Amino acid sequence: MYKIVEKGILNEQVKRMVIEAPAIAKKAEPGQFIILRVFDGGERIPLTIADYNRDAGTVTIIFQEVGKTTKLLGTLNEGDSILDFVGPLGLASHLEQYKKVAVIGGGLGTAIAYPQAKKLHSLGAEVHSIIGFRNKELVILEDEVKKVSDEVYVMTDDGSNGNKGFVTDQLKEMIEQGNNYDLVIAIGPLIMMKFVAALTRPYNIKTIVSMNPVMIDGTGMCGGCRLTVGGQTKFACVDGPDFDGHLVDFDEAMRRQMMYKEQESHSQKEHACRIGGAQNA
Amino acid sequence: MPNMSLEKVKMPEQESNVRNRNFQEVALGYTEQMAKEEAERCLQCKHKPCVMGCPVNVQIPEFIKLVAEGKFEEAYQKVKETNALPAICGRVCPQETQCEQLCVRAKKGESVGIGRLERFVADWHMQNVKDQIEKVPSNGQKVAVIGAGPAGLTCAGDLAKKGYDATIFEAFHTPGGVLMYGIPEFRLPKEIVKTEISELEQMGVNIQTNMVIGKIYAIEELKREGFEAFFIGSGAGLPRFMNIPGENLNGVYSANEFLTRINLMKAYTFPNTDTPVRVGKRVAVVGGGNVAMDAARSAKRMGAQEVYIVYRRSEQELPARLEEVHHAKEEGIIFELLTNPLSIKGTEDGWVKEMRCAKMELGEPDASGRRRPVLKEGSEFDIAVDTVIIAIGQSPNPLIKSTTEGLETHDWGGIMTEESTGKTSIEGVYAGGDVVTGAATVILAMGAGREAANAIDEYLRGKNV
Repeated sequence: MYKIVEKGILNEQVKRMVIEAPAIAKKAEPGQFIILRVFDGGERIPLTIADYNRDAGTVTIIFQEVGKTTKLLGTLNEGDSILDFVGPLGLASHLEQYKKVAVIGGGLGTAIAYPQAKKLHSLGAEVHSIIGFRNKELVILEDEVKKVSDEVYVMTDDGSNGNKGFVTDQLKEMIEQGNNYDLVIAIGPLIMMKFVAALTRPYNIKTIVSMNPVMIDGTGMCGGCRLTVGGQTKFACVDGPDFDGHLVDFDEAMRRQMMYKEQESHSQKEHACRIGGAQNA
Repeated sequence: MPNMSLEKVKMPEQESNVRNRNFQEVALGYTEQMAKEEAERCLQCKHKPCVMGCPVNVQIPEFIKLVAEGKFEEAYQKVKETNALPAICGRVCPQETQCEQLCVRAKKGESVGIGRLERFVADWHMQNVKDQIEKVPSNGQKVAVIGAGPAGLTCAGDLAKKGYDATIFEAFHTPGGVLMYGIPEFRLPKEIVKTEISELEQMGVNIQTNMVIGKIYAIEELKREGFEAFFIGSGAGLPRFMNIPGENLNGVYSANEFLTRINLMKAYTFPNTDTPVRVGKRVAVVGGGNVAMDAARSAKRMGAQEVYIVYRRSEQELPARLEEVHHAKEEGIIFELLTNPLSIKGTEDGWVKEMRCAKMELGEPDASGRRRPVLKEGSEFDIAVDTVIIAIGQSPNPLIKSTTEGLETHDWGGIMTEESTGKTSIEGVYAGGDVVTGAATVILAMGAGREAANAIDEYLRGKNV
């Protein structure tokens, strides 16, 4: 059992939990993920590691209540425990060689982009963060991102924070202003990552995206998380989750994300809530 | 006077048209009377050819004699001397190519039903005897076992019996490996696996789940934690795909994923459990091994109307156990033999629509000694399916190899070991089971776990002299 030592609410749907998992905390690196199962009979869902504290022996997860499992997880409180918590899985991001980086976070993706920005900042890179949300009520981690960024832009789809537009609009403006990024990191919904990659391709800026498909074991065993990258089949769990955004077949990934839509709605009827492993929304 | 019937006492089974709609066990097991009758077919040969065919040396004539005498508990204890998991082996061992193949009775008629009798004594014991398992006092020496499948469980059990402090690190949330995620409930009830594993725990084996070695700890780090020897039994978990167009369409599964969803995650009770599986109405399973049979029979039970086994060689070359093939046929699985998939075609929105196949004919023998299937020109045809399950084999998972410096492996991923000890290229590190041989059987993995436990014992004794 893995104890929840702290619980925070970032917006009405997004929660943050600090979990006691000393062995994982010791090894975790930005870009890696864990898989958890809340109770016996529950599904295994992957969540990216949002933060870790090696001294305290804790791992932080941030999740959006979109499905049955995440909703159930959201009902747990400090002092409660999660049945299974396994990691750190996937490959760590390699961020050492970059000097000027644009970090893009879309919605909950901001929670995954944040540790990358933090790591880049600590390595001395100039970090420009652009984070986007549907409206100002949904904005998360603005202060945290500010602390580790040289410039921060918070975008809203409806303009309710006074800054209307998509993250791609802002990124385009900044590239055209002459910012020579040697890397763009984009983490968010598939459609957002697809458009960021499409934007940076003609400028030839290396673009890393973080893929989070449905998976079971997270160790390369089921192959459910496979995706096409540069014409080759890769497993997000062991070959990723970071991939070159210019090579990922996003259309296929979006299609594969629909695989259990029918069952999700069935589960919703049965339980008045939805099943889901997706965390970017 | 032995029972000279040429046939085994028939195994009671669920009716095929009933069982292909449920996940309860197919074979129901012998009654005491049936077991005695079958045991009396054993000739009690002095040279015991059957034992030579058993990877863990079960004392077969001895235990069968005890069954014939009605001493079922004593018979169980006799099996248990050399086999830590008899209820499992009695169900899933390919006895027809091991002990039973060498049975003298098989020269004329059927062999003695050794597997059925092994299963009987194990089940009888579970139903009638409350175990008082005693923990063997620890000698304080720590051994780490990676993977709680058949190889790791056997190795750890044997080490615990010898007094070692054995800890198994398992990546999944439940121990058992392929016994839990791969082999379906209707062939091997999970309660039985759990019972046999809990006996190992009572003996003193420590099982830590949710531990992906290579990620959370490297072997080098475990050494610093005081582990003096290691056994790698991490299995062959990496699914192979065919690399044909359309393999990433929605509705294409690896057999690993399909079976794990159903067995380990219990998708057959969805929505009572949370993990779904999408089966569809018409299912093609590609491959001819036991895993392919398990996937096909599971798909049928999940409600598929038509389920095909698509295999590129002929019936004779099917690698699955004959019993599994029979069961599959009885349950209405359709065999498309000498058939090879060329591509999978999808609907506009990316779901499997049909599989393009070609007919094959058998040519000259290949490296495996089997006749090589050759494509028949102009024989292409489509099978309309909405689900495709790829069951053409698994390779060892590279996670441990990639984080263990100096661990030598074959180019196909298997760990190189010394025969009969499981010794690897690193001192104190042993390996066995599918991670060494590639996908094979439960009992061979158990045999390798046993050999490695003996070798580890010898190594640690030598070290402490």
